[in-house]
Amino acid sequence: MAKLKSPGELEALRSSILKKRDPDKPCITVCNGTGCQAYGSKNIAAAFQEEVKRQNLAAKVDVKTIGCPGFCERGTLVVIKPKDIFYQRVRVKDVPEILSETIGKGNVINRLLYTDRTTNVKVTQEGEVPFYKRQMRLIIGNNGLIDPTSIDDYLAIGGYTALAKALKMTPEQIIDEVKKSGLRGRGGAGFPTGSKWETTRKAIGETKYVICNADEGDPGAFMDRSLVEGNPHSILEGMIIGAYAIGSHEGYIYIRNEYPMAVRHMRIAIEQAEACGLLGENILGSGFSFTIKIKRGGGAFVCGESTALMASLEGRVGEPRAKYIHTSEQGLWGKPSNLNNVETWANVPLIINKGADWYSRIGTEGSKGTKIFALVGNISNTGLVEVPMGTTLKEIVFDIGGGIPKGRKFKAVQTGGPSGGMIPESLLDLSVDFDELTRAGSMMGSGGMIVMDEKTCMVDMARYYTTFLEGESCGKCIPCREGLRQMKYILDGITEGRGKEGDIELLEELSATLIDASLCALGSTAPNPVMSTIRHFRNEYEAHIKEKKCPAGVCTFEAVKVK
Amino acid sequence: MVKLTINGRDIKADEGTTILYAARENNIYIPTLCSNEAVAPYGACRICLVEIKTARGRERLVTSCIYLVEEGLNVQTDTEKIRKIRRMLLELLLARCPDSEVVQDLTKKAGLEKTRFVEQTGNNKCILCANCARTCEEVVGVAAISLAKRGVEREMTTPFSEDFSEACIGCGSCSYSCPTGAISMEDKNRTRVIKWPHNTMEFKMKKCSVCGQYWAPEKQIEYIAKTSGTPLSDYDACPDCRE
Repeated sequence: MAKLKSPGELEALRSSILKKRDPDKPCITVCNGTGCQAYGSKNIAAAFQEEVKRQNLAAKVDVKTIGCPGFCERGTLVVIKPKDIFYQRVRVKDVPEILSETIGKGNVINRLLYTDRTTNVKVTQEGEVPFYKRQMRLIIGNNGLIDPTSIDDYLAIGGYTALAKALKMTPEQIIDEVKKSGLRGRGGAGFPTGSKWETTRKAIGETKYVICNADEGDPGAFMDRSLVEGNPHSILEGMIIGAYAIGSHEGYIYIRNEYPMAVRHMRIAIEQAEACGLLGENILGSGFSFTIKIKRGGGAFVCGESTALMASLEGRVGEPRAKYIHTSEQGLWGKPSNLNNVETWANVPLIINKGADWYSRIGTEGSKGTKIFALVGNISNTGLVEVPMGTTLKEIVFDIGGGIPKGRKFKAVQTGGPSGGMIPESLLDLSVDFDELTRAGSMMGSGGMIVMDEKTCMVDMARYYTTFLEGESCGKCIPCREGLRQMKYILDGITEGRGKEGDIELLEELSATLIDASLCALGSTAPNPVMSTIRHFRNEYEAHIKEKKCPAGVCTFEAVKVK
Repeated sequence: MVKLTINGRDIKADEGTTILYAARENNIYIPTLCSNEAVAPYGACRICLVEIKTARGRERLVTSCIYLVEEGLNVQTDTEKIRKIRRMLLELLLARCPDSEVVQDLTKKAGLEKTRFVEQTGNNKCILCANCARTCEEVVGVAAISLAKRGVEREMTTPFSEDFSEACIGCGSCSYSCPTGAISMEDKNRTRVIKWPHNTMEFKMKKCSVCGQYWAPEKQIEYIAKTSGTPLSDYDACPDCRE
């Protein structure tokens, strides 16, 4: 492909791609996300290709593999466009019938449709499925429209228009727009993105770096993976715009190596963008140059922390350092560096395209836009959920998530990953944004949401997460390393029936020290599971310690019984 | 010069100095274990935490060994909050290294007799502050030892945890920089013995051609000759006997 030398050439390319496409021609999209692949979606896509050939339907229908649209629970997902007929739990044996019946005769196959749990009515269109209907899928929604390995597909849905627009703006105007939009970092801390860009832009130094943090390490969280796998160009576009605004010419994407498809798709996207002149020297003839390299992470949880990530990027051991001097002033190789999370970057093209005024109308006073949550655990509709900031937990868990399966009762939801807090039923009306979650003793984190039913022991959950964090602590500072070790001992003791008077108080004392004295956010947020369960489920701790009973019937106290 | 106050005292310090050194210059005591002037600030032990209030009114806890002095900074080194945190950190350390006299001493000073936590065995006296490894790499330039593994498994060790570190020159800087005496060094005539938590290494000493004293490990002398580009024969005599 010839390099595009101006925004005009980009538009010409887009028109030529769209001209070749017939919007009325049926297109079967098969989810190729990691979740659906586990259901065998690769075979299903291959079966469609083969069957199209066999039934000689190539002129009548296209087959496309897409990224994860979010409804993982019902995979493999197949949507037939343009009518958006939504088939779920599709298996290879269904393929010939879909082609002969739906494509051939225009009949909908009832058996493959989704049944609304509350009304028991079959739903035909994707947008009518309650799981999707109540969402606002500004970011993740595009996953369902494109083949992530095709830049043509991304251009066809308006890809890189934001970049062309941004390159006509001054860097200051872009930063102003992002500041006005109210976008806050989606990696967890919620730092205002525009201010971060501005600090990095103003920092002294010729060389500046732009980094994308795709080291998603929270158990049960997979929104970043799905974005990188499903729409890598949107992240690149955000990064190029950010780099232009900041004045950076070198960028890095740090992806954990456990995400092989994400790495592969991002690599393809970078090659395509370079070939088109959207990355590299003189982007779209603007005179601005920017390159992006992928660095693969080894999967250490702590490497998601910005300073540890940068150390790892430099080839050193991934350990955090004190951030009294911000990374926006001295980051990667001591140069001003701007690090943002995958989802943050993916929001940038949207803000530039639609404007800060439009964007800032979505969400709450302090948290703007939408947020993607990975809804997992004891929940009917496991999957990715994108909702405006301020949506209540109840809406997410019950209206979108479909509530708790097996007729059980809701007990708690943990937000914010392993170092988030557990939120009890009494707080289900909480509207989810950065500040409200913090007030409730939890945090936004990267957007994990783990739902627990009545059969979950909260002390055991606290023990589980503390064990995870103890294993992932880098071990550099004393409160995190020694504190988590001792916390785990105490929690092991309580869940095994060796709990004693004073354990709860000692856990609280330890927690306070970790919060105040830890070197990085891993340590200072690590007590959240313990603190929040003590705060909301203290009676369970007491039952374990005083009566040697586990109210949820999870802990068996084997060690005590043997004696 | 930067003007600040520490515990209410007006103090002047050079720009770029840490709170810890500004305090030391003015005879204000801040306890610390992992701080060492010779190497870059690290901030692992957290004992030197202090409370600050910036000129703009922001209050927070910082490690004084890393945070640099700034105009109008108000530092408190010994508040109730700080004492509480230090006590807990020391209590954790005492559980980790019950045999360390330095930790025992600091713990006593903090008003604690014993630890409520599960005591560990086999850690020697090492608190994993990495002073040894940092000195070896940053000052000596050898990197014969380092920290390995992650989290609670972390340990100070030789490459691949072998008994013998090929790179070690026997200079003993690790022992000098260790705050808790976890690494010991002894010169027994012809041999220098360095004891690390997981092993012991011995080094042949060089004999002074004039006085006959064994004055430094041969490997260290070879290293100095090589890095300074001076002939090995320059080191036949010990510094005292050299002309």
